[in-house]
Amino acid sequence: MKPAPFKYHAPHLLEEALSLMNQHADEAKLLAGGQSLVPAMNFRVVQPSLLIDLNHVQEMAYISEDKNALHIGAMARERQLEFNASIETRTPLLHEAVPFIAHPQIRNRGTIGGSIVNADPAAELPVLMLALDARLKAQSISGERWINAKDFFAGMFTTALEPNEILVEIELPFMSAHTGWSFMEVAPRAGDYALMGVAALVTLDENGKCTHAKLVYLNAGDGPVDAKDAAKSLEGETLSDALMESAAAMASEKEINPFGNVHTSPEFQRHLAKVLTKKALKQAIQRAGGAQ
Amino acid sequence: MTHSITVTVNEKEYTREVEPRLLLSDFLRHELGLTGTHVGCEHGVCGACTILFDGESIRSCLIFAIQADGHNITTVEGLATDKDNLHPLQQSFWEAHGLQCGYCTPGVLMTLIPFLKQNPNPSEDEIRHALSGNLCRCTGYQHIVDAVKLAAEKMK
Ligand SMILES: Cc1cc2nc3c(=O)[nH]c(=O)nc-3n(C[C@H](O)[C@H](O)[C@H](O)COP(=O)(O)OP(=O)(O)OC[C@H]3O[C@@H](n4cnc5c(N)ncnc54)[C@H](O)[C@@H]3O)c2cc1C
Ligand code: FES
Ligand code: FES
Repeated sequence: MKPAPFKYHAPHLLEEALSLMNQHADEAKLLAGGQSLVPAMNFRVVQPSLLIDLNHVQEMAYISEDKNALHIGAMARERQLEFNASIETRTPLLHEAVPFIAHPQIRNRGTIGGSIVNADPAAELPVLMLALDARLKAQSISGERWINAKDFFAGMFTTALEPNEILVEIELPFMSAHTGWSFMEVAPRAGDYALMGVAALVTLDENGKCTHAKLVYLNAGDGPVDAKDAAKSLEGETLSDALMESAAAMASEKEINPFGNVHTSPEFQRHLAKVLTKKALKQAIQRAGGAQ
Repeated sequence: MTHSITVTVNEKEYTREVEPRLLLSDFLRHELGLTGTHVGCEHGVCGACTILFDGESIRSCLIFAIQADGHNITTVEGLATDKDNLHPLQQSFWEAHGLQCGYCTPGVLMTLIPFLKQNPNPSEDEIRHALSGNLCRCTGYQHIVDAVKLAAEKMK
């Protein structure tokens, strides 16, 4: 099908985009990579009367770092993230996960900001934002505010952004040298949305004891799901197989809430979550310098 | 309301008036008559509409023509100089029987051009991965994979 008619603006400055959003918040949509919005418009699920195209706003497409954190402009393309050296060294979890997002043809257009604001529970980037404790900068004509990733996702395709706000930057603290990581998912075909996926982080002290852990799941509820109890059960402990088994059981049976879809039942998703958690924890421990 | 855009397609410049809602795939096919770019699903899944946008493969069904203003596009028609001088990738598809009905082929070729540039010696695994965003209902992919291997040899 074809999209319904709309008016089109392509500002070159963020300031212009903000003022357009302020005037037209109720009828306008921001166009980033278009890889979620345009399919929805083609199906007329969404019919904005005005599109504000952010593709000319050069000042939103950077990836830089300061002393402790990466700063990524919302218009940085998924393909840019994939090959960025700072991301590879500072946040190897993100580097490992980006190639799982769709296909190269989609990543060439799709942006980090678009995927985060789209807040699809099956998407990788929202999960990574939670796992990496991202801070998200929202801006409107009246000013800017920072939102922690854990407060940003507000349910299925819903975020904490106000209608006139634009997500402008993502701040990611560097991963520590003692933190191991792993990203794993199962998809029917490479590049498809996954049936289940997990991002795991494990920090070990010099004695090999776990000081911090994180387990965040995709396609496991109405947003990215942070399995806090399972992660907590690992902290302060030497990570044995039995402990990992029980954390995997806790996360997959109690903390996630998968809905199933045409490809899978919720039971199978829970099974996948359990298997993936054990595998991901092992890999993360190894990368943290542990014995497993 | 229409807007005037100027787009370079296969090294030729075109200026046209377009409605904002016109998809680039429809612009190429209906406005420019370049019907080599096929349209299968219009939601980014099948890959038939893949083209090069400033040298990178993208879905032409997920971008508006108006966004192509000032940009450089290559479609499947831009690969061969004429019908007796196919691009080595096209020649390989012919020789290795990499197509049957041909519906998916333009998108497959436009996916593989940048892929082979970045991976001149691809493994079978890498080839299959690169093809994951292009659906083919006919070949079962085996002969497409063979064609890509042959093309990599020819293009050395
Ligand atoms: C075939 C196919 C397969 C895919 N597979 C996957 C997959 O496996 N995993 C995955 O995660 N994704 C997948 N995607 C989605 C892809 O990653 C999208 O690029 C992404 O979800 C949206 O990013 P975008 O830049 O294209 O945003 P757009 O589609 O342009 O925008 C999405 C939404 O966010 C809003 N928005 C965009 N930028 C901003 C901003 N800066 N501030 C406020 N609002 C904003 C828009 O108004 C719109 O509502 C797939 C897409 C396709 C077509
Ligand atoms: S028509 Fe564009 S991907 Fe199917
Ligand atoms: S050759 Fe018929 S779809 Fe691929």
